[in-house]
Amino acid sequence: MATTPLYNEMYTEERAVRPHYAAFAEWLAETPPARIAQNRQAADLLFHRVGITFAVYGEASGTERLIPFDIVPHVIPGQQWETIAAGLKQRVTALNRFLHDIYHGQEIIKAGKVPSSQVEGNAQFRREMIGVEVPGGVYAHIAGVDIVKHSDGEYYVLEDNLRTPSGVSYMLENRKMMMRLFPELFANQRIRPVDHYPDLLVQTLRSVARDTRNPTIVLLTPGHYNSAYFEHAFLAQQMGIELVEGLDLFVQDDQVFMRTTQGPRKVDVIYRRIDDDFLDPLAFRPDSMLGVPGLLQAYRAGGVTLANAIGTGVADDKSMYPYVPEMIRFYLGQEPILKNVPTYVLKKPEDLKYVLAHLDELVVKEAQGSGGYGMLVGPTASREERDRYKQRVLDSPERFIAQPTLSLSCVPTYAGDVLGDRHIDLRPYVLTGAQGVNFAPGGLTRVALREGSLVVNSSQGGGVKDTWVVD
Amino acid sequence: MLSRVASNLYWMSRYVERAENTARVLDVAYRMSLLVKEGKLQDQEWFAPLNITGTLFPFSGRHNEVCAREVLHFMALDSENPSSIYACARQARENARAVRGSITSEMWEVLNSTWLEMQQMDEEKMLSRGVSTFFDWVKERSHLFRGVTFGTMHRDDAYDFARMGTHMERADSTARILDVKYHILLPSVKDVGGAVDYYQWSAVLRSVSAFEAYRKVYRDVITPLKLAELLIVRDDIPRSLAFCLKQVNDSLGRVKNAHSAETALRAAQIQKGLQDGRISEIFSTGLHEYLTEFLDSMQELSGDIQASFFSSRVVE
Repeated sequence: MATTPLYNEMYTEERAVRPHYAAFAEWLAETPPARIAQNRQAADLLFHRVGITFAVYGEASGTERLIPFDIVPHVIPGQQWETIAAGLKQRVTALNRFLHDIYHGQEIIKAGKVPSSQVEGNAQFRREMIGVEVPGGVYAHIAGVDIVKHSDGEYYVLEDNLRTPSGVSYMLENRKMMMRLFPELFANQRIRPVDHYPDLLVQTLRSVARDTRNPTIVLLTPGHYNSAYFEHAFLAQQMGIELVEGLDLFVQDDQVFMRTTQGPRKVDVIYRRIDDDFLDPLAFRPDSMLGVPGLLQAYRAGGVTLANAIGTGVADDKSMYPYVPEMIRFYLGQEPILKNVPTYVLKKPEDLKYVLAHLDELVVKEAQGSGGYGMLVGPTASREERDRYKQRVLDSPERFIAQPTLSLSCVPTYAGDVLGDRHIDLRPYVLTGAQGVNFAPGGLTRVALREGSLVVNSSQGGGVKDTWVVD
Repeated sequence: MLSRVASNLYWMSRYVERAENTARVLDVAYRMSLLVKEGKLQDQEWFAPLNITGTLFPFSGRHNEVCAREVLHFMALDSENPSSIYACARQARENARAVRGSITSEMWEVLNSTWLEMQQMDEEKMLSRGVSTFFDWVKERSHLFRGVTFGTMHRDDAYDFARMGTHMERADSTARILDVKYHILLPSVKDVGGAVDYYQWSAVLRSVSAFEAYRKVYRDVITPLKLAELLIVRDDIPRSLAFCLKQVNDSLGRVKNAHSAETALRAAQIQKGLQDGRISEIFSTGLHEYLTEFLDSMQELSGDIQASFFSSRVVE
């Protein structure tokens, strides 16, 4: 990974507009700034009125915030998207094969490609799932794969979110907003539509019902105080399925029912937006008020399909990430299309030696850590910090991994009334059903609104953009 | 449909209707207080809204005297008063938020933007623009919500539970308005034909948007008997008791389940009692007693609806 200057999605290094941004650049030059300013305000009002908000944890209950929306789109040329799509399909297919394998024959471990300790010692590995047959062999029906473009112009996968990835409602609402505010942009060029995503999702869920003739599908939400409740309600409505809470469901004779005004009704597929730990107080956390007692037993007995399956977290774990290219080779016999960020596994002596010699260039993390704790950011750390960290690594190198610092690509973004370059990432949503893989072109583009920042998370002041795949 | 969702829809509509009715009651009280010019008499009018909504007790706990400003604030904007217009707008929106998947986007947007605007409202703004402007706004938002519901919602059980909430609340409110004014509806020799008398009766009619209907139906001066007939037994006046019960019965017929026969029977009996009621008899047994009995039976009906459709007992 060569470190060249920042990659700007819209402009070349000579500040010429890249061809796939030409139509937008022309529009930007012709449109009066006053109209843009006015419509940017209108967007805020509309998002508020429609109630596209997320709840903020740790603030007074009922606090609802908007995710800032920026009107400059992230544009991806159609051909480039085809490569990304092929890479996503390949990656998620391999991950699903891996999940099936480790809960069955564990061939990949027997072949020596993934160490047994990686799986068995992982807190996300659910022994309850060993030997359980899931419809179509699909575990991660909905995957949100975070990808970034580095300064070398190549796409890298940052992480595979295989549990309950969120954000897709923003992808849909951002598009709706852009079409409402600036319809002329869509008349002048061919931008691939995304609004059929709910149809794709409901098809995916339908395909994994035990009896696919007329299955009852529900979306299980933690309730309207959850930060992603807007999305849960939105998706349920768009798909025409019931939005249920744990208390609306009950288990009887290994079947799941919902309580309706007309009596119990059998549920076939649950698109659950609750983490494994909270799904079933009898099997996992006993203090969970969100789940359904007996759900795991009904699931194991084949009475209901869960999407995503229980136990997918073992495959999107940071410590499992370095093995994904090997999974692709092992299960599909192919070379990975999307790159992994090179990851040094410090229990390998040659990696350890390299990392210790280049601590000032690398990010070193604990394999089991999360949320940026216990991390050394080499380029910004002081000499003393690096020396102290070096000692920790030498004490137990197997606990650590290291990666080069990535430089995310930029898209011009409004800061006040002027445009400045801001870092972005992209989360495409990959759907896997019994009949294969599907997606809406593009995904959710998140943008770090603070200049120079690489943090795109909505809880940390990140914003969102519409994502265009143009032909 | 989900029992929880049915319950949320029912209460969503009840709260919208309650906000509207409170605005109506306050508006009338305000207009009446402008009419009576003799000393403290003005403030007497402000007991009525508290009596109608049954909030005199909590009000007295926090206020020393019953006067226009205090009552208006308490009933319109006080976030601590669970029956205030402010609290109803919040509750309607919370219930809608819990069932966003079951109502149309337009319905949600009406309740959401009403709540956003309501949060911007304060006493100074309400008084400076004129309280009637505020009440008109509340009524308009309620009209808009009803219209959007009527115009956009799929005619399934969800629609019926929403409508049931509207009509249960409205019947309750009309009965309370009549009950508080029952003393003026009992003609006394002294007042008959007096200007104050006339204004009070017309105020009752206006508070339920039935003044014009009265004129059209009777083409006559306002008399207590006819007024009561209009608002109790006629089933073609949208805020009359008979009309509301007819609607509740229709809805109950469409959403019936294996446990709801008793509930439907009770509603049918209440409706029959209204239709068969002879106004002269109601007045001779006592309007207040009649309305008290009606309100009690409505309370029981509400409990029955809860038990038949919303509680989990139904399905286990």
